[in-house]
Amino acid sequence: MSEVPEMVQDDWPLYEIFVRGKRGLNHVHVGSLHAADDEMALRHARDVYTRRNEGVSIWAVRSDAIAASSPDEKDPLFAPANDKVYRHPTFYSIPDDVPHM
Amino acid sequence: MTTESGFHDSVYDEDLLGGDASHWAFGTSFEDPLAGVDTTIPDGVDPEELAAYCLMLGDDALIYSHRLSEWCSRAPDLEEDIALANIALDLLGQARLLLARAAAASPAVVPAMPEGSPVPPEDALAFFRPDAQFRSTRLVEPDNGDFAVTIVRLLLFSTWRLALLERLASSRDQVLAAIAAKGVKEVTYHRDYAGRWFLTLAQGTDESRSRLLAALPPVFAFHEELFTDHPVETSVAAAGVGVAPSDVAAEVAVILEQVFSVSGVERHDVPQIGPVAGGTGRDGRHTEALSHLLAEMQSVARAHPLGVW
Repeated sequence: MSEVPEMVQDDWPLYEIFVRGKRGLNHVHVGSLHAADDEMALRHARDVYTRRNEGVSIWAVRSDAIAASSPDEKDPLFAPANDKVYRHPTFYSIPDDVPHM
Repeated sequence: MTTESGFHDSVYDEDLLGGDASHWAFGTSFEDPLAGVDTTIPDGVDPEELAAYCLMLGDDALIYSHRLSEWCSRAPDLEEDIALANIALDLLGQARLLLARAAAASPAVVPAMPEGSPVPPEDALAFFRPDAQFRSTRLVEPDNGDFAVTIVRLLLFSTWRLALLERLASSRDQVLAAIAAKGVKEVTYHRDYAGRWFLTLAQGTDESRSRLLAALPPVFAFHEELFTDHPVETSVAAAGVGVAPSDVAAEVAVILEQVFSVSGVERHDVPQIGPVAGGTGRDGRHTEALSHLLAEMQSVARAHPLGVW
């Protein structure tokens, strides 16, 4: 083959994959993968990340659609919460039969 | 595992996960597809024929699983590599259960092993039978070819097998019914995977479409054999234990027509590969490709018949 079509030269876009496990309540980021479109991303995620019975639901999001905070902003964003222990609801007693706190 | 009571015991959660499943954040609650299933052979079916029928369905899965596993590390990209390996593993699991059922129905089908050999019956059937004793259909035997050939074969195979398994799920043999019920969920995904790729290749680039069209004749040359009833299949179907492939021909044709139509591909009749010496794969008459496949698949096991793995 002399010429490779343009589509083949480019990598498929990157997707971030979130899986909700049977015992969890929320979707958790498990990794990323390449896929040509959203449908294929879900199929690939099923094959790559739920082979061991890990999931009951999958979200796939284009990586370039995610807005991420920058490491440079760490201090202004997160440091102010360092000394505000009163924001934790630790002054209440939690009944034993309340899960997932 | 079968207890003396004739019911299958689950080994999954206790043995394979090492006792305490709560160690694992993910990936627990595995199920043994045969847990609690009645393993007695139903009345009115010849155990020899039941064994032969289980070998047919089991050998289809075993040989095709091996072919698909040859894509490992060679697929177009990592995600497809894992997808094809998953499909191969699903089929290997079906093969294991079906070969074990064949051995339980008729121990005479299992090759004799040297004294003290730890090889279980299903492994003896997989790794110590000569090619002429395999009953796989010839569709699953040839080399993989390119990705388009692989997808076309997977589409035809999984559409055919899903139709068979859906009916087999109501078999009078409780073990076959349970294996089929497990297989239906797996093969539904295989068909979905193949169908999506069929459409993608057909509507993709000029290159992908021409490769897809070129893949149709060699794969569909085995189409007729898939729907030709072997006397064993006719007999177990009459006994309410198995499925006659001719009974699913119409519904398979409808599904294939849908996939071809949405993909904009016309289906033409292609020359069929007929019986050899009056028989096909189900009679042990195979393509040369099967002998090469078995030579590779069986060589290590045959060199160490007393080996523990």
